[in-house]
Amino acid sequence: MPVFEALRLALQTIRAQKLKSGFSLLGVFIGVASLIAAWSIVNGVNRYMTEKFAQTLFGVNTFQLRRRPMFTPNVPDSVWRAWWRRPRIKFSDAEAVSAALTMPVVTAWQSSENVSVFYGGKEARDIELTTASERYFDIKNLRLALGRPFTAQENRSGVPVAVLGDAVAKRLFVDRTPLERSVRIGGIAYRVIGVVEKQGSILGFPLDRFVVVPALSPAQNLVNPPGVLDAFLVKAQSEIEMREAMEVAEGVMRSRRHLRPNQDNNFVLDTSEGVQRFWAGISRILVVVLPNIVVVSLVIGGIVIMNIMLMSVAERTREIGLRKALGARRRDVLRQFLAESAAIATVGAAFGIVAGIGLTLLINAASPLPATVSPLSVVLGVVMGAGVGVVAGVYPASRAARLDPIAALRQE
Amino acid sequence: MTAPALQAFRTGDTPLPDIVILTHKLTRAYDMGGEVVRALQGVSLQIRKNEYVAVMGPSGSGKSTLMNLIGCLDTPTAGEYWLNTQKVSDLDDDALARIRNKEIGFVFQTFNLLPRATALHNVELPLIYAGHGARERRARAVHALERVGLADRMEHRPNELSGGQRQRVAIARALVNEPSILLADEPTGNLDSTTSGEIMQVFAELHRQGQTIVMVTHEHDIAAHAARVVTLRDGLIATDQRQAA
Ligand SMILES: Nc1ncnc2c1ncn2[C@@H]1O[C@H](COP(=O)(O)OP(=O)(O)OP(=O)(O)O)[C@@H](O)[C@H]1O
Ligand SMILES: [Mg+2]
Repeated sequence: MPVFEALRLALQTIRAQKLKSGFSLLGVFIGVASLIAAWSIVNGVNRYMTEKFAQTLFGVNTFQLRRRPMFTPNVPDSVWRAWWRRPRIKFSDAEAVSAALTMPVVTAWQSSENVSVFYGGKEARDIELTTASERYFDIKNLRLALGRPFTAQENRSGVPVAVLGDAVAKRLFVDRTPLERSVRIGGIAYRVIGVVEKQGSILGFPLDRFVVVPALSPAQNLVNPPGVLDAFLVKAQSEIEMREAMEVAEGVMRSRRHLRPNQDNNFVLDTSEGVQRFWAGISRILVVVLPNIVVVSLVIGGIVIMNIMLMSVAERTREIGLRKALGARRRDVLRQFLAESAAIATVGAAFGIVAGIGLTLLINAASPLPATVSPLSVVLGVVMGAGVGVVAGVYPASRAARLDPIAALRQE
Repeated sequence: MTAPALQAFRTGDTPLPDIVILTHKLTRAYDMGGEVVRALQGVSLQIRKNEYVAVMGPSGSGKSTLMNLIGCLDTPTAGEYWLNTQKVSDLDDDALARIRNKEIGFVFQTFNLLPRATALHNVELPLIYAGHGARERRARAVHALERVGLADRMEHRPNELSGGQRQRVAIARALVNEPSILLADEPTGNLDSTTSGEIMQVFAELHRQGQTIVMVTHEHDIAAHAARVVTLRDGLIATDQRQAA
C-alpha cells in the first residue's frame, strides 16, 4: 500500500472517530502549543534585548563608568556589601577620564533618584529624576516630541530647566502643552523646555516615567552628595574605539585610586553586554524550564496516543484480519497504523501551532512581554509532533502487523 | 462416478499445467498445550482449472482448516501445496500475502465487509494492496460489482444492504483481482434459502465464465450446484465424487 493510501486511510479514521482522536491529540497539542508560546516569549525578549534595549536604550558602542554594575542577577550579599563600600565616582573622575580620551567620543554625566514631581495641585509620584549633562540625550537616543533639550551652557550654569518623559507630561498636563510651565522638583521650580518621545515599556517596566535636568542644577542635591555622580557615559564611534576608551578609562581610574597591580578594580566599566548577561541569566531559567514542560507533555501525549492506538488495534482486529486475508503484508498494516498515529499527532501539533501562535499574539497584546513567533519553533513543533506519533505508534502498529489473519477474522 | 483419474503425484514432481490446486499429504496439527489436535491428517487433492468443487463433512472434520491452507491464510504442518504449479507450502509471510492478493478470492460466511466503507470501496480493497492507482481501482471495482448485479448499489454502506447484497459485494471483492480460485467457506450459512439460491446463481454464472470455485457447505442442495463433491471426515478425504450439475 502506498504511503499516500495509508495517510488517506489514517485521516479517514481520524474523521470517523473525532472524539477519540481529539482526546488522543490533546497531549501533543499542549506540548507543541507550550513549546511555541514559550519559545516565542524567549525569542521575542531576546530580540528586544539585543536590538532595542541593549542597542538603543543603553546606546551603541557605549560604556558606563560606575561604582557597581547596573544589572546584577543573584549576587551574594558579600559581593553586594563590597560594592557598597567602594568609593563613589566623582565629577573630577569624569573630568580626568574625559581629558585622557584622545579618540572622538561623546560623554555625559548621569545620576538618578526617585522623586515626586508637582504641577499645580497634581503630583507625579515615583518619577526617576536624572541629573545629566547635555549629551545624555544623544547617547541614550532620546528624541524629543516637543521643545528642545538643554544646552551645554544651561548645564554648566545649572539653570533649572526640565525635559519630561512622556508619562510625566501626560500625568501632570494631560492634553495641555507643558512647555514654558513650571514643575516643582524638591521644592524648586523647573521650567519645562521639552518632552521626550514615548519609549514604551520593557518587560513591564515603564520607560517614560522620568525627568531629565542639568547635572549642575539645584536638584543635584536630591540625587547624590556634592561632587558625586552615578555614571559617566562614554559613547565611541566603533566597538574597537570603545574598547580602547575603556582601557584608557581603566588606567586613569586605577591611578587616581592608587590601585596596586594585584588589586581589583573598585569600579566597573559597564557595557550593554552587562545587560545582555543579565538577560541571559533569566532566559537560561526559561530555557531550562521550557523543555521540561514540552517534554513532559509530549511524553504524556505519546503515552495517550499509544494507548488509544492499542485500543484501536484491539477494536479493529477483524478489520486487520480481513485486510491481511485480502493481501495486506505486515508492512502494509504497520504503515497503516503508523500513519494513523503520526497523523493524529501531526493534527495535534497543527492545532498546537495555531494555539501557540494565538497565545503568542495574546501575550503580545495583553502583557508587556514582546513575544515573537520563531519559524524554527513551528518547524520543530511539527517534527516533534509527528515524531511522537510515530514513536508512540510503533508498538501498537507492530502488534497489529503480527496478528494472525485467521485468529483475527474469527474474533467477534 | 468416482474422482477424475489424475496421475499419482509424488514429492519432487511438478503438477500438470491445468491443475490449479494440488495438495500432497497435507497435514495441519494444532498444539494445544501438550495435546495435539490433528485437524488435517494428510489430504491429497487435485483441482483442475474451471472445476466447481463443494467440500462437505461433519462439523470439526477440517473443512475450514483445508480452506485456510488452500487460501494461503495458514501454513501446513506437513505435506505440500502447489498453486498454479508454484509450491506455496514453504513461502514466507509476504509472499503468501501476495498470493492471497493476486491468486485467491475469499468469500466468508459472515461477509466481512468494512462497515464504514461503501460497497465500491470494499471491493477496491484488494486492489489497494495490489498497488493499482485510484482510477484503475474504481473501474475494476465497478466492473466486479456489475458482474454480481450490484451496479446500482455501489455507494451504499453494508448496513444499507440486505444480507444477499452484502454477500454479493463480498463476491465482487473476491473477484476483483481476477483470482485463479474463488474460495467460499459456507457462503450461504447466514442467508435464507431464497437468497442462498440467488448466490448460487451468481456462482453458477461465474463458473460458466470459467472461474474455478471451491466452496464449503453443510447443505446438500447447495452442494448440488457443484460438479464435484469432496467429503472430509476426521481430517481425511472420505469421498470424492463427480456429479451432474
Ligand atoms: N486455531 C485452532 N486451534 C486449535 N484447534 C483448532 C483450531 N482451528 C481448528 N481447530 C480444530 O481443528 C478441527 C477442524 O476444525 P475446522 O474449523 O477445520 O472444522 P470445520 O470442518 O470447518 O467445522 P465446521 O463445519 O464446524 O465449520 C476441529 O477439531 C477444531 O477444533
Ligand atoms: Mg468451518
